[in-house]
Amino acid sequence: MRTLFLPTILLAVVMFVGAPWLIDNAPMESTMGFVQKIFYFHVPAWFVMFAAVFVCGIAGAIHVFRRSAAADLVAVTAAEIAAVFGIVGLVTGPLWARKAWGVWWQWDARLTSALILELILFAYLLLRRYGGPGSEKLASGVALFGMANVPFVYWSVNVWRTLHPKTTVVPSLGPGMRGAFWWCVLAFMLLGGALFAARLRLECLRARVDELYLEH
Amino acid sequence: MKRLVVAILLASTLGVLPAARQPQPAQEEFVPVRDAETEQLPAAPLVMSAYAVAWLLIFLYVWSLWRRLNKVERELAELGQRATPKGR
Repeated sequence: MRTLFLPTILLAVVMFVGAPWLIDNAPMESTMGFVQKIFYFHVPAWFVMFAAVFVCGIAGAIHVFRRSAAADLVAVTAAEIAAVFGIVGLVTGPLWARKAWGVWWQWDARLTSALILELILFAYLLLRRYGGPGSEKLASGVALFGMANVPFVYWSVNVWRTLHPKTTVVPSLGPGMRGAFWWCVLAFMLLGGALFAARLRLECLRARVDELYLEH
Repeated sequence: MKRLVVAILLASTLGVLPAARQPQPAQEEFVPVRDAETEQLPAAPLVMSAYAVAWLLIFLYVWSLWRRLNKVERELAELGQRATPKGR
């Protein structure tokens, strides 16, 4: 994990340095105009968040059913990464909405379910921080609820009437937009992976400190 | 009788409520706007804010992670030093 960290973070930095050039050269969207450029950071942030929520949920389930301490460390790490990228998505979204819809926030299915997912992650992290001994299993249940919420967030725009663009915008992106978008997705995924590795190391060191305190 | 009372109440409510609302005076003329460009919300500050906030949040998280890692590594080193004399 340690040997992969440096090349991953370096590659992510290089990709982020190149991203503004690609985003600037991507064609302007016909109805939303310049504000649509937020899309290149907003959606990749959600991609990382969803991936991290899945990792958190699966690791939580492994912790509950197989009593794996290592899976618990992975779950708490993924929850924090998901919460951070979720905040990025929740902050960049309203800035886009203000121009595109004329309002900062709309209580529609997509925005509300995304907010609920973020609150579930906060609940998980608060439970882990202040829940005391034994809260890991309870938190794992919360992680499973979070994971179950992801498909609702994703498909909400296709099922319910909402102002938010549908999921079809990504596969239907034009050539100029597609390259910039997937470049940013890869950059965000690499950054998320590197942060995950660093955060997991912190969790492992904390576990080691606890062991040493118990030994002496 | 009941029907009569209900009808009177309904009629009075329907008549009174709109009157109590004090409608705006009717517009008598249309005034053309002088600088329509300022009415439109510029996109650039919103896009710049979105990117700035995203970077700021990520940098804050990296800084917090780095600080916590340093703290726990220091703690681990201290515990290691404390444990060494016991082992000898």
